[in-house]
Amino acid sequence: MADTHTTTHAGLAHHFDDMEQQREAGTLGMWAFLVTEVMFFGGLFLAYILYRSRAPVEFAVASNSLNVTMGFINTLVLICSSLTMALAVYYSQVGKRNLIVLFLLLTMALGLTFLVIKGFEYHEKYVEHHIPVRFATYEFKWEGHAGAGGHEAASLPVDNGKVEMFFWLYFAMTGVHALHMIIGLGILATLVLMARRGRFTPDYHSPVELSGLYWHFVDIVWIFLFPLLYLVGAHLH
Amino acid sequence: MRNRRNQRRLSNRVFMEIAEKVIPPRTHYLNATYGVKSWLLTTDHKRIALLYLASVTFFFFLGGLFAVGIRLELLTPKGDIVQAETYNRMFTMHGVVMIFFFLIPAIPAVLGNFLVPLMIGAKDLAFPKINLLSWYIYTLGAAFTVVAIILGGVDTGWTFYTPYSSTYSNGNVVLTGVGAFITGFSSILTGLNFIVTIHTMRAPGLTWFRLPLFIWSHYATSLIMILGTPVIAVTLLLLALERIVHIGIFDPALGGDPVLFQHLFWFYSHPAVYIMVLPAMGVISELVANMTRKNIFGYKFVAFASLAIAVFGFLVWGHHLFVSTQSVYAGMMFSILSYAVAVPSAVKVFNWTATLYKGSISYNTPMLYAFGFIGFFIIGGMTGLFLAALGVDVHVHDTYFVVAHFHYIMVGGTIMGYLGGMHYWWPKITGRMYPEAWARFAALVIFVGFNLTFFPQFLLGYMGMPRRYYAYPEEFQVLNVMSSAGASILGIGYLIPMIYFIWSMRYGPHASANPWGAFGLEWKTSSPPPTLNFEKTPVVTWEAYEFTPRDEMVVVSVRDVLDETLRPRPVGSE
Repeated sequence: MADTHTTTHAGLAHHFDDMEQQREAGTLGMWAFLVTEVMFFGGLFLAYILYRSRAPVEFAVASNSLNVTMGFINTLVLICSSLTMALAVYYSQVGKRNLIVLFLLLTMALGLTFLVIKGFEYHEKYVEHHIPVRFATYEFKWEGHAGAGGHEAASLPVDNGKVEMFFWLYFAMTGVHALHMIIGLGILATLVLMARRGRFTPDYHSPVELSGLYWHFVDIVWIFLFPLLYLVGAHLH
Repeated sequence: MRNRRNQRRLSNRVFMEIAEKVIPPRTHYLNATYGVKSWLLTTDHKRIALLYLASVTFFFFLGGLFAVGIRLELLTPKGDIVQAETYNRMFTMHGVVMIFFFLIPAIPAVLGNFLVPLMIGAKDLAFPKINLLSWYIYTLGAAFTVVAIILGGVDTGWTFYTPYSSTYSNGNVVLTGVGAFITGFSSILTGLNFIVTIHTMRAPGLTWFRLPLFIWSHYATSLIMILGTPVIAVTLLLLALERIVHIGIFDPALGGDPVLFQHLFWFYSHPAVYIMVLPAMGVISELVANMTRKNIFGYKFVAFASLAIAVFGFLVWGHHLFVSTQSVYAGMMFSILSYAVAVPSAVKVFNWTATLYKGSISYNTPMLYAFGFIGFFIIGGMTGLFLAALGVDVHVHDTYFVVAHFHYIMVGGTIMGYLGGMHYWWPKITGRMYPEAWARFAALVIFVGFNLTFFPQFLLGYMGMPRRYYAYPEEFQVLNVMSSAGASILGIGYLIPMIYFIWSMRYGPHASANPWGAFGLEWKTSSPPPTLNFEKTPVVTWEAYEFTPRDEMVVVSVRDVLDETLRPRPVGSE
């Protein structure tokens, strides 16, 4: 906090002229990176669109077997974590060190909660033999799903191969998303350490702001995944 | 004439002797620090460019070795040197190595890395550590691929088409795919760095329309890199999953669709062609402007043509799928859009040519490569239009016509641009001049060798010789022998610059800050530049390529002035 003069700030890298330029570069860099992320997930979304258009019934029936309650809770958890992240960014702008740490930790706690709930869901799928792999000891099985009051879902004739495709997309998309969450937790942990050392000041808080962008992006991906994966079969009750 | 040259040589030597005594050795980016660590941990964009230079040169010659194997096998109609299976692996590894490890990084990661900050008057790229990281990622991906090659390579073709790569391949698809996947991230990071640097770190006064066209084309390239590469990443990821746990996403037996792979693959890989050729176009714009001493005719058109190519490039991938169950309607759309790409490409060619008009043209090595590029690009581009035409494409699809077409763009285009740029900026990179006579000779050898290699392949393809076969009917032999002969000439043509570049690093004459009398910020700092590029941040008050007759007199290096004073003859007698 001692050195607040912008041109000689300790956080200024040697190749930038001033803090303003450095902040602009960092922000643009993060946005450009998020564009690449959109394109990366885009490939998966394209595969989803293609196969769902070919197998709408199977996708609805398979989706119906997912645990909507858990998915919904997770959606709420992530939205709350976006709020706490935004507050952490706010307090980094006004320079309240303890509050930055508090809200970063809260964000991490919510992120962890999401992953734990996700873990329970994966386990449920494992027990039901809905993980679409074929090993000697474990094999994907689909014997119709009698979801919560789901007579209608159970009675529809489906092609098991196409149901399996849904589960592939489910695991690929939520898996890649969870990987991003884990990376995000690592970033947040680093931020907590930096914040405790008082690295962030009203002059220099780009790392918090940019990590916030990343965190919000990962949340937004989930906002798209939730309806596409959990709700397309919700009408089959 | 001869006497005068001797005199000049003498005066050069006298000058150097005096200079070495009088001028203390200057600190620049090459001698600022020494040791392996200072290179492997450097964040200086110029040093990272040289790391990339070493890597891509290695892969260029590795890929060239596979080409030697291919051309040897095709010397005779029968498959006699290698087995069909080995041949498949050779052309696959040739393609994988050349495309992912040479052509895509060559110009952006070497020349772009070196020049983007210099040309915009910045001290470095916006994210120097990420820049270094990109080289390590490249190296890691390269390591995977080299291991895959040592273990026997892949036989799918560089396109990894399913089901060759999923159900039927017995090669190291996963290892190679992971190699390409990882290397993709190095290109994403390079593109990201360029975009941010060009947006935020231009010197005061350097507005967008004062930027060198090299920067515009690198900006367009970077857009493709960050928009396209993630898609190939996720595609290769799915392919790896398909191989390892049989997810069935590309397997019809499990409800998947193999054509989806082609769509995803070409969504990146067609724009990737523009990752290869756009930077070369940037180089050519610099060469043409500076070697004719004129502003590029229609500067803004050339600048926007780069962006237009980048944008249109994303909308044409379907022209690779004309015979892959794509609907005729989709085929027509993709055909028209592919024609649309020809417009900005032609704008560039016409504008370069128009720039020559009444220009003061120097026929030195970089310009020879620029001429080569323009000619080859016209042939490669026009035959691209044949391939974009639905009916013609069905006839020549997967024949040597296609092979010849894309080699005219990639070898005739990208490598000409790369070599032209290497010669042009060599004095800036190393502080030494290359031997001009040898360089012109090599350019000529490459020109002849290239045409002899690839022009017969147009004829072969048109007559119906399919690509990727190791044997062929006897009537195709004459053209194939011509092609193989051309390839040997071409190979020698590539070795000559390799030798004299290395030679010149030690024995070449010292280069002045601006040996070409060229325009651009990179020539306003010393050769080689100091670690932070400029003594102080330059302020730009001039337009791009603003050559004026007055400049002709002002642009004289200190070295030339000293030269003249040491020489007992009137200034301007040349």
